[in-house]
Order: sequence, then C-alpha cells, then structure tokens
Amino acid sequence: MSQGDFLLRRLHSLTGVIPVGLFLLEHIFTISLAIFGAAYFNAATEFFGNIPVKGFIEIFFIAIPLIFHAGYGLYVALLSKNNVFTYSYFRNWTFFLQRITAYIAFVFIIWHVWALRFGGAGLGSVNTFEQLTQIMSDPCYFIIHIIGYLAVVFHFCNGLWGFLITWGITTGEKSQTISQVLCLSLGVLLAALGIVAVVMFKGGI
Amino acid sequence: MIHLIIKRQDSPDSKPYTQEFLVPVTKNMNVVTALMEIKKNPVTKDGQMVNPVAWDCNCLEEVCGACTMRINGKARQACSALIADLEQPIRLEPLTKFPVMRDLIVDRSKMFEALKRLKAWVEIDGSFDVGRGPRLPRHKQEEVYPISKCMTCGCCLEVCPNFSKDSDFIGPAPIAQVKLFNTHPIGNMQKADRLEALKDKGGIASCGNAQNCVEACPKQIPLTDALGKLNREVNIFTLSRFFDF
Repeated sequence: MSQGDFLLRRLHSLTGVIPVGLFLLEHIFTISLAIFGAAYFNAATEFFGNIPVKGFIEIFFIAIPLIFHAGYGLYVALLSKNNVFTYSYFRNWTFFLQRITAYIAFVFIIWHVWALRFGGAGLGSVNTFEQLTQIMSDPCYFIIHIIGYLAVVFHFCNGLWGFLITWGITTGEKSQTISQVLCLSLGVLLAALGIVAVVMFKGGI
Repeated sequence: MIHLIIKRQDSPDSKPYTQEFLVPVTKNMNVVTALMEIKKNPVTKDGQMVNPVAWDCNCLEEVCGACTMRINGKARQACSALIADLEQPIRLEPLTKFPVMRDLIVDRSKMFEALKRLKAWVEIDGSFDVGRGPRLPRHKQEEVYPISKCMTCGCCLEVCPNFSKDSDFIGPAPIAQVKLFNTHPIGNMQKADRLEALKDKGGIASCGNAQNCVEACPKQIPLTDALGKLNREVNIFTLSRFFDF
C-alpha cells in the first residue's frame, strides 16, 4: 500500500503527544510534587504504583507507543540532511535541535528505564523520595538526568509545535508564531519544574 | 578584477573540480554577466585556456529560475545576484540536490515529475466542454496568486533538510501548487486526485517543518502556509474517506 508511509508518519506524530506526551506530563507532574515535600511525592508514586491494570497500561499505553515513536522517528531523523550552518534560520535550528534532542532522549530513556525501573542502579524499581535522594547524590546520575530531562522537554514542546502544524491546527504564520511562543513557554516551565524537583531529590543545592 | 571560484564538472558521471577566474569589472555587473566574461575569454587565473563554464539562463529578470545556483554557499538566481553586493572571492557551485549535467547546469526534471504526479494543471480537455467555472472572489484570488509565481527554480528544495537524493520527498514547491489548482473552480474538479497524490510516499507527510523553504523562496511564496492548509485538507480528506462523510 503506497499510503502506508503517510499513515506511519501521522501515527508517529500522534504517538508523540498521545499517549507518550501525556505520560510525560503525568511523569513531570509526579516528580514536581517533590517540590512540596517527600510525603506528597511518596503518596503520588504509591497511588500510581497501585492503579489497576498497571502492567497493561505500561505496555500498551507507554512502552509500545514509545518504542514505535522512537524507532520510526530514528529512521525519519536519519533521512534528513541538516544544513543549519549554511541556512541559519531560527526554525531550521529548532528542526536540527529536535533531532539532536531525539538522539539524546533515545539513549537517555533507555538508560533511565533500565536504571530506575529495572534495577540497574541497584535499588530495584525506584519509587520513593528516599531512594531518589540516594541515586541523585551520585553526581553522574544527577548530571545525566538534568541533560536527559532538558532534551526530553525540548523535544516534547518543540514537537508539540510541529504536531499542531501536522494536524492542520495552526496553518498560517500568525498562529504558528503564537503557538511557538506558547510551546517554548511551556518548555521553560516544565524545564524549571523538573530541575527544581531533581535538586530537591538530591537534598537541595 | 573580480575573483570567481567555480566548481566544475565535465559530464554527469565525471568528478567535480574547481577553477579560479579573474574577470574585468563592467558597469552594473551580476553573476550572469561575470560568467559571460568568462565565455569571452575562458582563461583561468593561472593563465590556462579551458573550456568556457557552462550555465543556464533565460529571462535575466528572476522570473524563470533557470540560472539558479549556489552563490557563496546559498541557493539563488545568478541574474539577480549583483556583484557589488557579493563578498569576494565569489564561489559558484551547482545546486547540490539535483543531478549535475555540466558545470553549473543541473537536471531539475524531478520537480516536473512531481508536478505531473500532483496533476498541477487545470483539466479542460475531456469528452465534453466543462465551460466556465464560477468566478473566484477577490480575496481568494489574492490568496493564491503568489503561488502562481513559482518558477520551479528549486531554491526551496535545495534548502529543505528533508529533500535529498536519499529521501523521496517531493518538496515544497510542487506541493504548494496543489493549493493553487484546488482553489481554481475548474481545477477543483480534480481535488480528490491531488489530495490522494499528496498522501503517496514522499508526499506532504515527509515535511519536517524546518520552514527553510519560505525563507529561501525568491518569489516570497507563502509555502509554509500552503503546506499547513494542505495538511489540514489531507487529514480531513482521509477521515472523510474512512468515515464516509
């Protein structure tokens, strides 16, 4: 079928926001509860840890869409020929950074899931504030998480801007400029929330 | 004297090489007149007699697109590139995204193939006379008129990171024509065919929103606006086919 490519591209755009982007927002919401204290964070992870059909949700609403988005996205990203130094337009730079942050996020998420979900950090499945304090006190874990987090946030927020174009929501220059400002603002907000939360896990500055 | 460094290639399959030329300054010079000077006296900077540099040009007023090449690294028309505005030495190279025929001449038939694929014309030849369509309101005319200024020069494809020899993306210029011909009252009769063609491999979904095309277009065609609106139309079209509305 010659239009399989069209459907895969649209599915790639969709999965980036629904469900992967929504899961990211939930994830950021949960970790940002750490700003209010360990008790809030632990209560939230306990709630999400005990929701019914958790395994089903993790596999079908997070893992499979994420693996598809990452795999197909990698194929698409490798097809592009970046030319930011010849044509240094703002959106050419965001296009380029979208791909660079994708590569960073690709490696970071695999490592992050291995270390904190599957016990790679030696603490089993990490759920509590106290375990995170132990992990983030290691400067390597702390710095890699900050870099990976910023890459993920940029990729999501700039991707949201592209999503609005791909789905025909923002079509003109004016709406695309407004959505750019909104998406970048969301990015700054999420970046700040996450960094403060990770610093809180570490036990302050 | 004007110092030119030109990337040359004798045939489509041969290896490229560079040669430098010094040409005398004339009044109101542009890159085309500089190339004409080389044609008059094809001697390199080192005094070697060579074959004159081959290039394409036609209208000399930035409406045909034939003389598009890379001038100091950027894709643009040689006729509208004034020597006085350029930094020397001036580097001339063929476009990178199209097969080189000779020196600065490239084969842009890929764009023509894309226009054919998208039915970028108003179909009036059939078994009966379709007659005149309804008139377009003024604001619609003004909205799509800039798209008709496209001269298939290839600048937007040259700067597009998603258009390359490895990718099958047809690029922004042919896609924008769909908006022009779908807006035309008689052209609109083939609207479904064009939207269907946009969904084929290398169609509109291969756009990555780098938006270099609209920055580079010498005719200031609102390419990203056309791409955005066509994204919307293609999506609605796909859903309408699926849910039968």
